[in-house]
Amino acid sequence: MRPVAVVGIGKTAFGAFADRDLRSLAVEAGQKALEDAHAKTSQVEAFYLGNFAGPSFVGQNHLAPYVAAGMGIVGIPATRFEAACASSGAAFFHAVSAVAAGLYDVVLVSGVEKMTSQSTPKVTEILAGAGDLCGEVRAGATFPALFAMIARRHMYQYGTTREQMAAVAVKNHSNGAKNPLAHMRKVITMEQALAGKPIAEPLTVYDCSLISDGAAAVLIAPLERASEFTDKPVRVLGIAQASDNVALDEKEDITTFRAVKLSAEKAYKMAGLQPSDIQFAEVHDCFTIAEIIATEDLGFVEKGQGGPYALAGKTCLKGELPVNTSGGLKAKGHPVGATGVGQICDVAQQIRGDAGERQVTRNKLGLAQNLGGSGATSVVTILGAA
Amino acid sequence: MTNPGSGTVYTETVVYSPPEAYVNDVPYQLAIIELENGRRLTGRIDGERAQIGDHVSFVEFRKDVAFFRKNA
Repeated sequence: MRPVAVVGIGKTAFGAFADRDLRSLAVEAGQKALEDAHAKTSQVEAFYLGNFAGPSFVGQNHLAPYVAAGMGIVGIPATRFEAACASSGAAFFHAVSAVAAGLYDVVLVSGVEKMTSQSTPKVTEILAGAGDLCGEVRAGATFPALFAMIARRHMYQYGTTREQMAAVAVKNHSNGAKNPLAHMRKVITMEQALAGKPIAEPLTVYDCSLISDGAAAVLIAPLERASEFTDKPVRVLGIAQASDNVALDEKEDITTFRAVKLSAEKAYKMAGLQPSDIQFAEVHDCFTIAEIIATEDLGFVEKGQGGPYALAGKTCLKGELPVNTSGGLKAKGHPVGATGVGQICDVAQQIRGDAGERQVTRNKLGLAQNLGGSGATSVVTILGAA
Repeated sequence: MTNPGSGTVYTETVVYSPPEAYVNDVPYQLAIIELENGRRLTGRIDGERAQIGDHVSFVEFRKDVAFFRKNA
């Protein structure tokens, strides 16, 4: 297997864009990634697109060739990957695997979602399609409800508190306010976060990620060719994808995500690194409790210590392990199909030293963790300066 | 569908932001029940609010959804 590098990154703003359709968002991100890499469309050998529910949100199917053609790219393999909120993480994993194996050299990987054209109950229903429709969803589970039940159990087993979860929201809003591409650039206080409107107890609106439109793209190539595209290549040091049961009630312990632990172990092994080597991370904070659990499952803290770690400020921009310097799904926004590749862009931006007022000083080794559903898909990627 | 019998609340939530199909049900309590045979089942709690560890008994199926009630 040969080393692979990210040689171009491109993102749209994340937000609610009534005047933008799905394809125009994906095309914008793809073109930005190509421009960033000084690459021509004719150099792209394959197109991998992550998208969760375009057919349900906007009615459009056959999305990968549709988006590729919108960029003037035809003739190459163009395929959509669906893995719930890990759709573009999965697309990235498979694209990197193909380049590492020597199948292609230059591959464009994108993620896109257009969610805000539907009402909140309809969006809630479409998202619930990533759960078990014959069991939990039929009974009335939504994604906030599933993560609320995870939070309740985590509070019960480990003493995790509402304040610890709110600390994640306050921190991510603070980071998002500094990110020009974030959906919600608004600082919130601990008091506001604790007094939010209930969505699914104990989660309030401030514990939940946003319903967003947006797209992200990266151009990848073998490391040996990276200098043709950029003087700041970012190397994929380790990457792995893993799966688990879809239904929450089929998981033995719902306070941990087995797929995250499995994918993290493999990614660390591939990179030859330990959790303590990681200098910053973008994790999948679809809900505040998910960020707390991510810091545990990724091995940054002992099981059950994610809450105290967050409340102590260790994951803040200037903390010992900055987490979600982009603002995370909570404030940056969560156009679900775009999130995985968006995280790769965010980590790469930090490694390149291009993160502006959010720039961390220890920026040589970053990790991205993308979660699908209530943990049935996980992709963990470790990136480093080449 | 077979009567799942009684069990213990493994985890629970009260849903305020519903999917389209349940807009008229909110707020409603959803729970994962650990049944006596060790299996888990996601269902609804009717009546008095139940917490983790509470014992609950099956009431009935409504549209294939198991409803439970907290034991007195």
